[in-house]
Parts: sequence; C-alpha cells; structure tokens
Amino acid sequence: MEKERQVLVIFPHPDDEAFGVSGTIAKHIQNGTPVTYACLTLGEMGRNMGDPPFATRESLPHIRKQELQNAAKAMGITDLRMLGYRDKTVEFEPEDKLAQHMGELIKELNPSLIITFYPGYAVHPDHDATGAAVIHAVKNLPEQQRPKVYCVAFSNNCEEEIGAADIVHDVTEVADIKLNTLKAHVSQTQLMIKEMEESLKKQDPAVMARINQERFWTYQFD
Amino acid sequence: MDIVMKEQVQLALDERANKDVYVHLETTNGAYASHFDETFFSSGAYIRNAKLKYIHSKIAGNGPYRIGLKTDIGWVYAEGITHYEIDEHDRLLMAGHDFNGKLAVSLEISETPFE
Repeated sequence: MEKERQVLVIFPHPDDEAFGVSGTIAKHIQNGTPVTYACLTLGEMGRNMGDPPFATRESLPHIRKQELQNAAKAMGITDLRMLGYRDKTVEFEPEDKLAQHMGELIKELNPSLIITFYPGYAVHPDHDATGAAVIHAVKNLPEQQRPKVYCVAFSNNCEEEIGAADIVHDVTEVADIKLNTLKAHVSQTQLMIKEMEESLKKQDPAVMARINQERFWTYQFD
Repeated sequence: MDIVMKEQVQLALDERANKDVYVHLETTNGAYASHFDETFFSSGAYIRNAKLKYIHSKIAGNGPYRIGLKTDIGWVYAEGITHYEIDEHDRLLMAGHDFNGKLAVSLEISETPFE
C-alpha cells in the first residue's frame, strides 16, 4: 500500500466505512498517516432498529452518533467530522453547495488521497450524491493539485461498466480492527455479524475474501 | 418500543387531538431493495414536521394496525403499525417493523417540532 501524506475519507452514513474501507483506514493509521473521516449524516433513516427494536426513529441518530464515535476509536481515527446533513436527503441538496462544502474540506486538509463512493455505481442515492459532490470539488482544482481519488463501487452492473477494481488492499493483518469497527455499529450490524462470525469459523472463502480484501477504483478525471 | 396495545394508542391519539401538532410520516422499502432484487419496485414517502390539527383519530385492524387522522380538510393515515412508545418528550412514536425487524413505516405525533 502506498504511503500517503493525508487521507480524507468522505461517506454519507455511519457504517459506510466499516464494510469496505476500515481495514485500509487502519493500515494508513498504523503507517503514521493522518486520516480524517467526514461523515455527512447520522444515518437517521436506518431501517435496522434492533430485534426486538431498541431504537426508535427519534433515538436512532443519537445511538448511531455514539456508534460512529466508537468505530472511529476502533480504527484509531482522531479527526472525525460530522457534517450535519440528513440521511436520504443528500441527493436533494443543491449540488454546487454540497461540492463547495467538500471543496472547503479538501482545501483545509490538503489530502494526498480521498476515499469516497463511485458516483453512479454505489447503489444508495446518498452514496452516489456524495461521490458526485466530491468528484465535482476535485475537478474544480487545477489538475496538478488534484489528490488521488479511490472510489468504492458495488452496484450490480459496476464491473460490467467500469471494469475490475484497480486497487486491492489485503487487510488480513488488521482483520481484528475491521471486525471491531463493524461491531461498533451494533444497531446496524448485529444480525450480519452473527452470520459473519459463523462463516469465519468455517473459513468460508467468499466471506474471508470479502473481509480481507478491500477494492477501489481510481477515478479517472479525463 | 412496545407492541401496540390498541386502547392505549387510541387514548394517546385522542389526547393529541384538536391542537397543533407536528407529524412525521414515512414509508420505506430501504435503499437497497432493488439492488438485492432487481424485479422489486422500490417506493417510499417521507414528510417531517408537517404542522396540522386533527379532529378525529382511529386505530383500526387486529395488528399490524392502521391509523387514520382526520383533519378539517383532509386525512393522514399509516398502515402496518406494530409498535409504539410515548418517549421522554411526550411524543407518540409509532412504527411498523417487518418480519425481519426492519422499520417499514413510521408515524409520529409531537406537540413540539421534531429535531
């Protein structure tokens, strides 16, 4: 994995980082690279409320905020920004304003690498809108000042249209940190973790690969 | 949240009638429904902090329940309500959780605006 000067991770929901990126984040932090995580919303509209439900629509944001802080701690992130948008409304924000907000973050932190969602290939409308705003902001920079942007994509058609991921990080050595990050988002991952731990016990190769390899697409600006 | 007790919910609805209240109403299949099943038609609606006054209300059905609020010039209703709670701010929170425990519908009534 390339050593970076500063990494900026931008996702819309607490737990977006957990599945596909927390291993990479942990490795950068172990490398001594500062990582800032900017999270646009508190996942106010999550559908997992615990079973039996322990969260309500109104208590969920408070619970997920604490979970996000716990997850940041698990990864070793000391600079966590909560940007105050509302879950499922990101795509309805004026795009230039959102891009401007992202641009301010980029200007302040001057990252050598940004990690976000691949616009159009990230399934959830908030994911696509966040990725689009970040790309928009980076495009506004003069070419030689642009940081690298690694995108996360997982739509059913993504490989067909944008090919295979060009960056694959093996994060086996930080698998425990990754699992702890997933577990920190307990309201959202409780059911999934149970299944996952079963599969891990059986060394299910598909599950092992999903946990141990994190895949990114480098965004091509031209 | 507790499983809906019909009489309790009706009482809570009646207590909030004939005054200005703020309503949160939401239905959702989740943003991933069509990703996991491309034949699934995903739909939903959301309104937060609609200010209104209802003059009559009723909880109907044998569970999951339907709840209707009649206003001077219109209606609000929600279907699929399974759970309810009166929270620490005296807000009446009602929700429908699907067979996997995921929230599918939410109807909430408060005398102060929601955050």
